[in-house]
Amino acid sequence: MTALLEARNVTKVFGSGGLFKRKETVALENMNLLIRGSPPSITGVVGESGSGKTTLVRLLLGLLSPTEGEVLYKGRDLQKMSGDERLEFQREVQVIFQDPFEVYNPFYKVDHVLTTPVTKFHLARSKSEAQELIEHALKMIGLRPEETLGRYPHQMSGGQRQRVMVARASLLRPRIILADEPVSMVDASLRATILESLRKLSQEFGTSLLYITHDVTTAYQVSDSIIVIYQGSVVEIGDAELLIKNPQHSYTRLLVESIPLSDPDRRWGQDSAAVLVSKTSTKLNQGCKFADRCPFVMSICRKNLPPLYQTDRYRAVRCFLYKDSPVIPGDEIGNVFVKKG
Amino acid sequence: MKAEVLQVQNLRVYYQTAVGALKAVGGVTFSLKPRERFGLAGESGSGKSTLALALMCLIKPPGYIEGGQVLLDGVDLIKFSEDDMRKVRLAQIALVPQGAMNTLNPVVRIKVQIIDGIVDHSNEIPKSVLEERVHELLKRVELEPEVANMFPHELSGGMKQRVCLAIAISLSPKVIIADELTSALDVVVQRQVMLTLSQLQENLGASVLLVGHDMGLMAQFVDRIGMMYAGKLVEVGPVRDMFKEPLHPYTQLLIACLPSLEGKRRFKGIPGLPPLLLNPPLGCVFHPRCPQAMSRCSLEVPSLKEVRPERWVACHLYTEDKI
Repeated sequence: MTALLEARNVTKVFGSGGLFKRKETVALENMNLLIRGSPPSITGVVGESGSGKTTLVRLLLGLLSPTEGEVLYKGRDLQKMSGDERLEFQREVQVIFQDPFEVYNPFYKVDHVLTTPVTKFHLARSKSEAQELIEHALKMIGLRPEETLGRYPHQMSGGQRQRVMVARASLLRPRIILADEPVSMVDASLRATILESLRKLSQEFGTSLLYITHDVTTAYQVSDSIIVIYQGSVVEIGDAELLIKNPQHSYTRLLVESIPLSDPDRRWGQDSAAVLVSKTSTKLNQGCKFADRCPFVMSICRKNLPPLYQTDRYRAVRCFLYKDSPVIPGDEIGNVFVKKG
Repeated sequence: MKAEVLQVQNLRVYYQTAVGALKAVGGVTFSLKPRERFGLAGESGSGKSTLALALMCLIKPPGYIEGGQVLLDGVDLIKFSEDDMRKVRLAQIALVPQGAMNTLNPVVRIKVQIIDGIVDHSNEIPKSVLEERVHELLKRVELEPEVANMFPHELSGGMKQRVCLAIAISLSPKVIIADELTSALDVVVQRQVMLTLSQLQENLGASVLLVGHDMGLMAQFVDRIGMMYAGKLVEVGPVRDMFKEPLHPYTQLLIACLPSLEGKRRFKGIPGLPPLLLNPPLGCVFHPRCPQAMSRCSLEVPSLKEVRPERWVACHLYTEDKI
């Protein structure tokens, strides 16, 4: 099966600063990513703040154009789509944003975000059919329609608002949902409920999910494959189980070790790499971005950006420590994403 | 054993609303031992932050302290005048409020902001040594001395949070209250900041009250946990016991829904929603969501009792005179 949504060698550079002192920030460098349509897959993208996660989402939605490389949906470049193709894309690829407070217009009842897609994409032939559709979508994610519809956003909790967003996305039966930190603003007990409803959605409608987060634990729980990004570049991709249980890149290892486990008997140790603070890179291709913090740094690491080495059937690592493994070219990256079924 | 540094007795903080008093903190009792790390955990809206502010006597209208005591070394802070309280804050009890890093003044250098706090809460430090004190404080929170002359926008989130810690320890307080200290930071930076806090605490010999919703962070850092639910403490106990064998049904459900790295499983949230504090349920506040609720739970408010050594629970399941 070919890719549904694919990023090929995507680089995004933002220019900032004034007229005379122009400063460039590399938000993403040579990013490759592939989302398959069937069987549906769940891919986690993990990275710290400023690592380029949100830039990635905006590129995948076509809201930003890449500086280099291309983003393809069903083989067509997002930036060169015709009107009809764009409409199809907008229907089949849905997004859930981090902040469930900002997406609502406070002057409209919450019904508004649910009826708009129904009207816009002609999902129902009559008002009663539309109502039925909306109520069904709400019930599926555990919201009672009579308690939800007819209320204003400020009358609902953050968790409820975020779940209405999941319901809205599910109305369109999308092929892909991009979820950008969907649970980072809700409590532990609601977090579980929302993630479970996303997982259910994926199973029942065959929707593929890209789950973008800084929380490694939930990424592990939800995803088949995990992509770890550090300062705009992929450091490790692989089977979630493999990557978390036996991380290979030094950054992935640091990340996994830093998770505050809910077990008082397994507390954090002291780690020298943890103490060093990361800096944002301003130049392209200046060696491995983690070199300054890596305990195993070699001289080559500071000269060249390592390629992705395929160290397992379902894993690739961008690190010279694994240079004996075969290099995997960017357009074959799909091979390391776990295939289900 | 030494006496408690901080004792909170039946503290009640209400908010005045058009339809009656909202009981944000409805009678909370706990204490902090010297050098102890106490975690105040709970979901958003459970009253954690209001409680943290009340300990500093910083409740602003429409909020008010309805009653209770906050004893710092045996002296009730609630009875203090605003002027007296000003001398206690920062010097004896310091708060790093939620989102503190966003409250740094964007047009004032870090150095000036640290000095501001020192001068405002103590008049014993001569002006000549202030600059030196700033450098020493920055060093203690593991920041470079150059940071003194920087503006907040030049610093990362973790660095800003360290500046807030530097302000909090500037007068060597006995109690440091940290409200959601690291919730805006990612795990690696969070770990760095928490390590710094733990070193600061050891050097100062202070007690720390860590307020937050992240149970993982609690497990990593604190000695004892107090679980808040709907403005009340439902369980207090040593961190190991709380995770190994939670007693209150709410704590049990909350700990069960924490994701782990030990194999995948289904996510299970706690069914239902936290109660509205304006109109809380009769009896135990958790009974509408509690899988083990009995008829008694909807009638009688359970009080926080020591059911085993060091284990305090507010639940009728552990009351001896079960009906």
